[in-house]
Amino acid sequence: MSASIWVLVEQWRGQVSEITYEVLALGRELADGLGVPLQAVLLGHNAKALADSLGKANSVLYADHPALVEPTPEACTIALAQLLGERQPEALLIPLTNVTLGIGSLVSAAVGVPVINFCKQVSVVSGGLQAQCVLYGGKIEAVVKAKQKPALFGIWPGARTPDQGRATSAPQVETVGVAFPRDPCVRLKRYVEPEAGDVDVTKQNVLVSVGRGIQSRDNLELAEELAETLGGAVCGSRPVIDQGWLPLTRQIGKSGLTVKPKLYLAAGISGAPEHVEGIKGADLIVAINSDPRAPIFDVAHYGVVGDALDVLPALTEAVRARKG
Amino acid sequence: MNILVLLKMVPDVVEDIEVAADGKSLDPDSLRLIPSESDEHALEEALILKERHAAKVTAIALDCEGADDALFTALAKGADRAVKIAGGATGLATRAGAARVARALSAGQGLQPMDLVLTGTQAIDDLEGLTAPLLAHRLGWPYLGIVTQVVVDPASARSTVTKEYPGGCHGEFDVPLPAVLGVQAAEKPPRYVPVAKVRAAMKSLKIETVVPPEEDEPAPLDILQMAKPQAAGHAEMLDGAPEEVAGKLVEILAGHGLL
Amino acid sequence: MPDPSLSMYLGVPGYVVLWLLALVAFGLFGRRTFYLVRVLLRGRPEVRWEEPVRRVMLVVKNVLGQRRLLNEPVIGAAHFLIFWAFVFYATSFFWNLIRGLVPALPIPYSDQVGFMALGLEMFGWLALISLIVAGIRRYVFTPERLELSRDASIILVLIATLLVTFLLGDGARAAVEPRPNPWTPVGNLLGPLFFRGVSEAGAQSLYLWMWWVHMATVLGFLAYLPSSKHLHLLASPFGVLFGSLQPGAMPASSAGAARLEDFTWRQLLSGLSCAECGRCDRACPAFNSGMALSPKMLIHHVKELVVDAVPALLPVALPAPARIPELGATMANGGTVTPQGKAFVGDVITREELWGCTTCASCMDRCPVFNEHIPLIVEMRRYLVSQGDIESRVQDTLTNLTRYGNSFGQSPRGRTKWTQGLEFKIKDARKEPVEYLWFVGDYASYDPRLAEISRTTARVFHKAGLDFGILYEGEQNSGNDVRRIGEEGLFEVLRDKNLQALGKARFDTIVTTDPHSYHVLRNEYPSNGNGHGPRVLHYTELLDRLVKDGCLALRRSVHATVTYHDPCYLGRYNGVYGAPRRLIGSLGVSLVEMPRNRSTAYCCGAGGGRIWMEDAPGLKERPSESRVREAAAQPGVQTLVVACPKDLVMFQDAIKTTGLEKQLSVADVIELVAEAAAPAN
Repeated sequence: MSASIWVLVEQWRGQVSEITYEVLALGRELADGLGVPLQAVLLGHNAKALADSLGKANSVLYADHPALVEPTPEACTIALAQLLGERQPEALLIPLTNVTLGIGSLVSAAVGVPVINFCKQVSVVSGGLQAQCVLYGGKIEAVVKAKQKPALFGIWPGARTPDQGRATSAPQVETVGVAFPRDPCVRLKRYVEPEAGDVDVTKQNVLVSVGRGIQSRDNLELAEELAETLGGAVCGSRPVIDQGWLPLTRQIGKSGLTVKPKLYLAAGISGAPEHVEGIKGADLIVAINSDPRAPIFDVAHYGVVGDALDVLPALTEAVRARKG
Repeated sequence: MNILVLLKMVPDVVEDIEVAADGKSLDPDSLRLIPSESDEHALEEALILKERHAAKVTAIALDCEGADDALFTALAKGADRAVKIAGGATGLATRAGAARVARALSAGQGLQPMDLVLTGTQAIDDLEGLTAPLLAHRLGWPYLGIVTQVVVDPASARSTVTKEYPGGCHGEFDVPLPAVLGVQAAEKPPRYVPVAKVRAAMKSLKIETVVPPEEDEPAPLDILQMAKPQAAGHAEMLDGAPEEVAGKLVEILAGHGLL
Repeated sequence: MPDPSLSMYLGVPGYVVLWLLALVAFGLFGRRTFYLVRVLLRGRPEVRWEEPVRRVMLVVKNVLGQRRLLNEPVIGAAHFLIFWAFVFYATSFFWNLIRGLVPALPIPYSDQVGFMALGLEMFGWLALISLIVAGIRRYVFTPERLELSRDASIILVLIATLLVTFLLGDGARAAVEPRPNPWTPVGNLLGPLFFRGVSEAGAQSLYLWMWWVHMATVLGFLAYLPSSKHLHLLASPFGVLFGSLQPGAMPASSAGAARLEDFTWRQLLSGLSCAECGRCDRACPAFNSGMALSPKMLIHHVKELVVDAVPALLPVALPAPARIPELGATMANGGTVTPQGKAFVGDVITREELWGCTTCASCMDRCPVFNEHIPLIVEMRRYLVSQGDIESRVQDTLTNLTRYGNSFGQSPRGRTKWTQGLEFKIKDARKEPVEYLWFVGDYASYDPRLAEISRTTARVFHKAGLDFGILYEGEQNSGNDVRRIGEEGLFEVLRDKNLQALGKARFDTIVTTDPHSYHVLRNEYPSNGNGHGPRVLHYTELLDRLVKDGCLALRRSVHATVTYHDPCYLGRYNGVYGAPRRLIGSLGVSLVEMPRNRSTAYCCGAGGGRIWMEDAPGLKERPSESRVREAAAQPGVQTLVVACPKDLVMFQDAIKTTGLEKQLSVADVIELVAEAAAPAN
């Protein structure tokens, strides 16, 4: 039993994701709180170089195998099950993204250990770990403890900031072997990129984002006018893209893009966690929603309770007047 | 081809959800149960496959309040069979729920053979893991989640499954059948079925009940407390008519050097 | 004058010729009519013969009295004269036919009977003048939506021929008659003038010729009638006789209509009754906004559906039925062209057309032959709904209504949030008896823009000392728009839930601020044994009464020049025009009427579920925008007064999109009442 805190590194298409650093930061706190080392678990093939940025951890467990070239839940589970069986850490923190979704549950079932999902916070309490989980679309918070070790924690984006998890020095890397008795059943054939849009929203300084509250495709032009006046672009939350009012390249959130503009103006967006995780890095968030209890107001810096269809044109007018 | 769709009833978040007196669970009176949104998409994807391949679709749910409604609606939409699993819902104990479904399926209760199990990728009360992978493991079948399209080749018992990645990217996977897939969104939005058809289904069709063999499922989590969240921060609210608010916002934007 | 029936033509006596002509004409007419009736009977049954006396009175007023045609006075008068001339001439025709076929009958020809001759002459000249008027209107000052169809030209020429042949024959006879017939004064005057110098033999020959041309024309027209738009002559009196005694009523519960057999015989009859006059199109807000829906074309498609089902006579036979040119249907040799493989609902009648209807009922209100446009549309909508063939916003709204009982998708517990801020607690009608049960409605309860108006209404009721209560969370959407969208099952669920809540409550009268709810509560919720639904008042009716009885004291005059918009479901559907006007009048305001007022009021565009739908493509000007422009154009008017929450929301938006913010504002009646009732100081 090697008492340590593990963090699963989310690497995809040759890059370590930002949320990995958030979880490393969290892991660092927990490891220090328990007085045990922090280890980053990196699964991949010819991906050792990715370990360089993981210096927040004491060391990196790197498992290399051709079957791990794509981090499918199945392949990761086979590798993690072996590692957990061999080494028995206190806990394994898994960043929750589209790439890793499912790994926690499969490992939990394969190894027979508990998994706690939706964690927005994990803390050390009386020598053990306690999680604060966000359930029911954000309406209820639960404090949860696992009765067994190791326990798996699925960490929701935003637990810490990525910068808190970065380090200047490279960590020690321990290469470990994992065996794949047979090829994984689920095999990636190819990636399909979204059609190249005219605009890369991740590079914009100003984003005017619309949600269901915009009510119809015709009202998009209100957002477009404001975006044009401010020198930015229009993007949207998932419902708007699902309706076909905006292309996939403009989707912000869990299944879309993460953006860090100087100004993010959310019009008619309720603020579901899946969307909010895509905008946390924005410098200034202004939200307009007709429901004063919309969760977006918990994340925004400034809020307006009103009809986006009224406020957007009024704002466009005012900005034009100011710009002269 | 036989497709199974697993429907889970979850609290409707349109309502205000209240915590029970014990501070560790939800007040059942405050809850309205509806089918999990991604489970509706799973059902829709199943029905699309049924239309394409003349498959048989069985809708299945753990017995609880509202399950009958959901199952009759599935029948009205075009499912061929509706099955209720006795023993009550398991709420946050996803492991126990998935285990019970797996037992019901494998105990030869007329639910074999299955070629494909579709369920929602994730529900809002999946504290203890996701149903799809847990079920897949129990059955010993492959799993993939965040699925937005399933293309089946019944002859070769293989499927091409599309999964969502960040940034609008998608991955196409080869998945052998039988498999368990977690559906994020169906190819088309879930179809509408008029109330009259659901009522007709209630009158003329039946929901079967299966009783799976009981087994003790360990409860590996301790819920210490449930509460309504205290927002860490809150926006500074700007009041007034749209013109006034616009004026205030312009000042703020100017102050941030955005104009 | 010689007896045409007994005169010899190439050795054949006249009556033989007449028999031949008559047999062929009546044969063709009878065959086609028989088949048309058979096609109608393929439709679903519907009981339309209750209250026969009332029905006959409707025929008297609307067919004999041509009432609705007189809404457009000039053509109305012309049509009235043409109609009666035609009736008179038809009577004369049958008279002459019988006498001509059976020369042995000891009766004279019609024009040999004094009063008949006079009538024929008088009607003849009046009708001829009316025809000229009609011709000028049709060809020179063509009204909108009136197609210059071949059939229309044919009937005008035909009637002219009938009149002219009679008048010529009449003139010829008068020219050579030894003694002037006191019953034919005009003939006596003009005859000798036109036929001066015509010999007796010449006059007789002309008389005979005119007689035969006249009879042949009518017989020919008879044969042609059931293949032309003039079928309406035959069908429309039956349409009126079997019309709906509750014009706003929805068709009986059904699975919807996609094929001929799915419609009722009366719905199919609408197609045959139609004279293609275009009054429905001229009145329709959807059509006038540039949307795809044309009520006239819809009825025309139904006509085609029926007519196409009649077996053709011969491969090469009758002239094909005249088509409206823009249909562009090529006419194959004889018979009709059946659209092969096209779905009637979806291809022939498109989804855009069906979903464009706001159910304002202007079309049915104006239709002179009592056609049933809205029931047809609702039946087809029911079919689309049964297929799940609805746009996603409507789908979401219906799901919300099923789950939460309101169209906003909010918790039922939020229905009374608007009451926060009131200085008193409104009685809970579920728990204690009240005199007035106030049915608030979805929009007034959930739309944040209307919350203050709902509170104002509560305060005014309170001030008037009204004993009132609301159903709190027990209230559901009344189901009006759900029903008109075609989700009959959901309507029944909502209705039953409301009836349950109403059944448990104890109250005297229901008062509602929402005309859509008003209509349904009053007319579509089943009676509790007294033949009507529960007693229902619109709040303007109630307030009018309260002001009259002095329960609500109006202490100050409101100085404003306003105009009032009649809500469709209060005005056209239920005839409530007076109470709101009296109420407004009692406030001291100056009320200016818009040109389109009362039964011709122009719909705001929200009804029929349209408020839940996307704007239609090709929209030129929203109905609400047309209406606010109309209001703003009235001299001195600065406020548009409404009595319906949806109207308020629609017109507020329209004022913004038309840029009329500085000129016009919208106010609910209650706001003016509250101002007038406020203490004066």
